[in-house]
Amino acid sequence: MSLKTIKEKCTGCGLCYESCPNDAIDFDENDLPFFNDKCTLCGICIDQCPQGALVLEKEAKSITIDLSDYKGVWIFVEQNEKNIPKVVFELLGAGKQLALQLNVELAAILIGDAIKDLSASLFQYGADKVYFIEDERLKDYRTIPYTDILEYLVNKYKPEIILFGATKQGRDLAPRLATRLKTGLTADCTGLDIEEGNLVQTRPAYGGNIIATIKTQRNRPQMASVRPKVFKIPELDPTKEGHLIEEKFVLQETDKWTKVIEIIREAKKTANLEDAQIIVSGGRGLGKPENFKLIEEFANSLNACVGASRVVVDAGWIPHYHQVGQTGKTVQPKVYIACGISGAIQHLIGMKSSDFIIAINKDPEAPIFKVADIGIVGDLFKIIPEIIKKLSN
Amino acid sequence: MKIIVCIKQVPESTEVKLDPKTYTLDRGSAKGIINPFDVNAIEEAIRITEKLENVETIALSMGPPTAEDALKEALTYGLDAAYLLSDKAFAGADTLATAYTLAKAVEKIGNCDLILCGKQAIDGDTAQVGPGLAENLNITSVTNVKKIDFLDETTLRVESELEDGYKVIELKLPALITVTKEINIPRIPNFKTARLALKKQIIKWTAQDLDNVDVSRIGVDGSPTNVIKVETPQITKDTIFLKGTPSEVAIDLIEKLKERHII
Repeated sequence: MSLKTIKEKCTGCGLCYESCPNDAIDFDENDLPFFNDKCTLCGICIDQCPQGALVLEKEAKSITIDLSDYKGVWIFVEQNEKNIPKVVFELLGAGKQLALQLNVELAAILIGDAIKDLSASLFQYGADKVYFIEDERLKDYRTIPYTDILEYLVNKYKPEIILFGATKQGRDLAPRLATRLKTGLTADCTGLDIEEGNLVQTRPAYGGNIIATIKTQRNRPQMASVRPKVFKIPELDPTKEGHLIEEKFVLQETDKWTKVIEIIREAKKTANLEDAQIIVSGGRGLGKPENFKLIEEFANSLNACVGASRVVVDAGWIPHYHQVGQTGKTVQPKVYIACGISGAIQHLIGMKSSDFIIAINKDPEAPIFKVADIGIVGDLFKIIPEIIKKLSN
Repeated sequence: MKIIVCIKQVPESTEVKLDPKTYTLDRGSAKGIINPFDVNAIEEAIRITEKLENVETIALSMGPPTAEDALKEALTYGLDAAYLLSDKAFAGADTLATAYTLAKAVEKIGNCDLILCGKQAIDGDTAQVGPGLAENLNITSVTNVKKIDFLDETTLRVESELEDGYKVIELKLPALITVTKEINIPRIPNFKTARLALKKQIIKWTAQDLDNVDVSRIGVDGSPTNVIKVETPQITKDTIFLKGTPSEVAIDLIEKLKERHII
């Protein structure tokens, strides 16, 4: 595979050069772009070219397996101490849509200790079949035994699609299994569809700056982890039942099995941010750490959570669990209020999907205003106290 | 004990400016950096050398020739050696092909007890190469680790983050661990280690330098996933600017919040 420039179409505008995150585009003596060693074939430039002058040339790859052997859509049922997280029901909804398009069944895979009874809700939310395996050694999720079991089931039943929640557990298990099966896995998908029998997966990359569409045409099963809170939980049908199938698998415990010593559930400050309805965030514009009190006060007056930009976290003004952005939390509150935050792209990535964004900054050119619904250009030390005062009245 | 730290060079997107007209990345200000989570992995490797005797630390990266810069920087933290896998044959690799290629390099380096990776790279954000590498090597893996303790030479007790807390896990080496930002605060490389790093050579390997490589499993050919299309999402917001004295602005803002039933 290689990137090529169609010379007749190229106008030498340079947009491809501007868009390349890898500095991989140079120009030859005729001002035609060519791709140097830094090119990772990410394809960002292709989309930027207004002339359609860049193409990704692919050699036709041979398909070595019979794709029609693989049928059905599966979802992996994460359970933690017999609690099923919401994303599993979202997967049932998304999986059902795919199964209907393909005219196949939707099955859920349930693994754990004494978890059979959890199957009822899986049927009610759309599963046609539930395969389950119980063993006391499967009580807590562990990478190796769970991978071994899924490998066994996939080889036995050959599903064409397997979906996982893009949770810590799902993103631990799915790559292990995909590697064992030597098949394609797409992380953290935000869109799923079917096209000519193939799963079409869309996902953000480069911190949300691009949306990539990905297919796994030559291999089966097609695997994806799916971002929580993207797909809707389907309506519950309390009368719906399905086919419950118990599977047996001989587990062989080895040194590769980890031991779960303890699971600590924290009533944490971190989740508050991700689940918050209102977030008030502070950035470098606050000037010094003591001024974060103003942000806290503002947040209190709105019953909101406190967020922060990377610079102030790195500077030690506020702990990391308050950080919003690419290396912090991704948040989606009803209202996000950015105070003294210029809006570096890594921050925007973490909050730009908020329903309603208010930005307060003294620099009218600050990029934060690009994503803001309401912009206030001015001195936050004058404006915020006024807001707090009026809110308390 | 031998520790391999896997690192990736990524665009320094935190400093990337947005083109105000097209809202695309302005590459002009971007230069390659070590993926931030991988810096925590490097730091953790160095901390292990400070706690245990006879620990050898090695940085490993796959990427374009410029990834050498990231490895040079990794050495300034005090790692002992660095390997770069760079070859046109590796280009276009997805996570499956990347994990396979890295595994071949780990095998060639030999006798590795512990592999440390950042929990994910900030460009691709897949978090798939670490577990995939462990699977290729047939060793255990634990992801999202925020604390590592050695119980003895071959037994670790680690804390692995969950959505609502963490798990305390014991494991036997050899193993692969991916680390989060919480695990440590990376040091600033000191003058001595930085100067020593200058004397170290980056060892460069192509596909031909690796042993028993199945060429159908590297690069584009070894990648089952295909990127069909890449789009840049456009943010087009009609920002309403509130104007006036602080008091007037505050009144307007509260009005807007009331309209949306926030207060």
